Amino acid sequence: MAAIFQGVGAAATLSSSPSNSFVPKKFLTSPRRSFCVPSSVVVRSDGSVNFDLNSKSRRAQQLVANATKADSSAASSSSNPGHELLLFEALREGLEEEMERDPCVCVMGEDVGHYGGSYKVTKDLAKKFGDLRVLDTPIAENSFTGMGIGAAMTGLRPVVEGMNMGFLLLAFNQISNNCGMLHYTSGGQFTIPIVIRGPGGVGRQLGAEHSQRLESYFQSIPGIQMVACSTPYNAKGLMKAAIRSENPVILFEHVLLYNLKERIPDEDYICNLEEAEMVRPGEHVTILTYSRMRYHVMQAAKTLVNKGYDPEVIDIRSLKPFDLYTIGNSVKKTHRVLIVEECMRTGGIGASLTAAITENFNDYLDAPIMCLSSQDVPTPYAGTLEEWTVVQPAQIVTAVEQLCQ
Amino acid sequence: MATAFSAPKLAAQPFNTISPTSQHKPLISPTAASPFLGSTRKLLRLSSSSQLNLRRRSSGSVFAVSDIVKEKKSTSIPSLLITKEEGLELYEDMVLGRAFEDMCAQMYYRGKMFGFVHLYNGQEAISTGFIKLLKQQDSVVSTYRDHVHALSKGVPARAVMSELFGKTTGCCRGQGGSMHMFSSEHNLIGGFAFIGEGIPVATGAAFSSKYRREVLKEADCDHVTLAFFGDGTCNNGQFFECLNMAALWKLPIVFVVENNLWAIGMSHLRATSDPQIYKKGPAFGMPGVHVDGMDVLKVREVAKEAIARARRGEGPTLVECETYRFRGHSLADPDELRDPTEKAHYAARDPITALKKYLIENNLSGEAELKAIDKKIDELLEDAVEFADESPLPPRSQLLENVFADPKGFGIGPDGRYRCEDPKFTEGTAHV
Repeated sequence: MAAIFQGVGAAATLSSSPSNSFVPKKFLTSPRRSFCVPSSVVVRSDGSVNFDLNSKSRRAQQLVANATKADSSAASSSSNPGHELLLFEALREGLEEEMERDPCVCVMGEDVGHYGGSYKVTKDLAKKFGDLRVLDTPIAENSFTGMGIGAAMTGLRPVVEGMNMGFLLLAFNQISNNCGMLHYTSGGQFTIPIVIRGPGGVGRQLGAEHSQRLESYFQSIPGIQMVACSTPYNAKGLMKAAIRSENPVILFEHVLLYNLKERIPDEDYICNLEEAEMVRPGEHVTILTYSRMRYHVMQAAKTLVNKGYDPEVIDIRSLKPFDLYTIGNSVKKTHRVLIVEECMRTGGIGASLTAAITENFNDYLDAPIMCLSSQDVPTPYAGTLEEWTVVQPAQIVTAVEQLCQ
Repeated sequence: MATAFSAPKLAAQPFNTISPTSQHKPLISPTAASPFLGSTRKLLRLSSSSQLNLRRRSSGSVFAVSDIVKEKKSTSIPSLLITKEEGLELYEDMVLGRAFEDMCAQMYYRGKMFGFVHLYNGQEAISTGFIKLLKQQDSVVSTYRDHVHALSKGVPARAVMSELFGKTTGCCRGQGGSMHMFSSEHNLIGGFAFIGEGIPVATGAAFSSKYRREVLKEADCDHVTLAFFGDGTCNNGQFFECLNMAALWKLPIVFVVENNLWAIGMSHLRATSDPQIYKKGPAFGMPGVHVDGMDVLKVREVAKEAIARARRGEGPTLVECETYRFRGHSLADPDELRDPTEKAHYAARDPITALKKYLIENNLSGEAELKAIDKKIDELLEDAVEFADESPLPPRSQLLENVFADPKGFGIGPDGRYRCEDPKFTEGTAHV
């Protein structure tokens, strides 16, 4: 089992790209800023260390290594047993490690402090780091998100928690106008290294307002990145990468995935924010998914394998921007694409992904792209109705069969 | 003796006046409080619907600032509020603000700048009165009416004018424009087009200051943030939410309301159930002060106390400055709704004329010296316009820069390379 760790973070210090030169300059000249510890490096499974972060060949090798993974479990080598934990604990571990590493990392949100977070992601952190570093805010999403943005502009690295992603609709003004835009409108003078995270998605009969998928609303905002975690391994990795990133990142978690258990490495690692994850390599059809639908897809995959199909499953992870390399390579191999998402049909991530694939890889497609999304309805309370709004494994199986005719 | 800011009933401490010079008289005398919303009493008579009693004083927890200048003149030994150097600094800053805005209007009508341009004529006393007391590391957060805040904070006139012309030498490389003035060097954190959205950002900057002091243990970090906004914003949720948070955590921030009585065409009295904005401070646990915003010396005295309070870690203050904009809301506003007598009333209280009079009458300066300053500013502005005119427009390659601090955020392209490594990317022709 290959153990691949990837370093991104303050890659500006290592990169020679001119457009990254802004970051090191700020570190040198501005007394307000506290300084990030330099980021981690790429450690290969054979132990060799690689500082060349932008080499195509290295990335290709990493993808090949990923492709040989038989399942989605974490990369822990035989020499290092790793430790088992639940997804919300993995998020907390990532957050805690980053807070220890950099004193400018702080958390703000409703009930993150004394209560430990409504899903326990920040449990005991306030006891450890104090009430100012793990700040319990009043119920004023727009204002405390804006406060996080102002703090980020003046040198801190806040992690803003929306108790439920849906509540961040109230913060839309700050997220769109300030978070996404201010780096640009200030001509690059202010960076906004903020992480906005929270649970979203359809839960168990939580009702329409608590079951929203905001990734479709935020995806048009220029200047932000969006990632969705789905396993304890990538939850911790993405949390750490998001905190270390100089860009504003929105990290989407899912209410129903917090109790997933997995064994993850003991060592420090991060997951690349812009890359997709190969879950199951295959030959017949490319299934693109993210977050909770990954598990519906894998369940459907079992049925499909029994029926003789060989689906390739990719967890796109990066909702904005899309990893067109991983996706493109897959399309070139299988020539058939099925997108399975929990977003609404209209204007969702699947809709954008369909457009992106059509634009870039139309010649490689043997069939039109199929996109399975949630119904365009406010999520009903009744269990049966709720089940019918989201995509179920049986539908995925049918879709693949249709696609592969 | 009564204090300048009296704390509300909920938070106990009375405010102890710090007088830089001992001959200062106390700042308030409750009996001689200046009338609130002076000219708009005429508006009230015209529209008979309002029942507001302007003389009504609330529970005694806020006071208006008395007419200091008049009091000063009546004592036998004149004790001045400013030195000659300070007086000239204030005068020059206000003249710069006024002349700059007048030049903007000229340039706009000549087609050198476009879009929404909001001018500050008449309100200079607030910008000068507050910002000239700040250190470089203190932050200022403004709104779309931000040119003069930028100038007072120290952003060169050349940089602001270039920004307005949309040139690459502007303070935001031409990417922000009139409503988005930023300067990391001078700690000017915007420039915001939507009202109210800057107030949380200002609260965040103040939070950073407190964080530095208490978590990062930078013991001497006493940076203060000033948030400027108007009367219309005071009915917006973000205003109230931030008053709450700032008072809750005792953030080093001063909320400065530039109450010019009009939000485009909406009179403050028609939009607000209780138009006395300073009263909203004590409701959240901070002092609320009303001051005559057409008098730079009064504003400066109030500002000194508020900023000192914040520096000492005692928390926020809400300062309502009653002022007036001599021009329309923006250069596109025909300004038909405002009563000419109201305009005349405030024009007679031009802050620059008032300061000039004060300087001359108290022998701090003379006509010749002040005229020399006027000339110097004119030359500065000619230079700024010339610089802006001659500066280059942004090239195509600038289009995609600065979208992300880390341009890896544009993602990985189909060829496996990061988009930002694509040479077409820097040319601005890449498709993202």
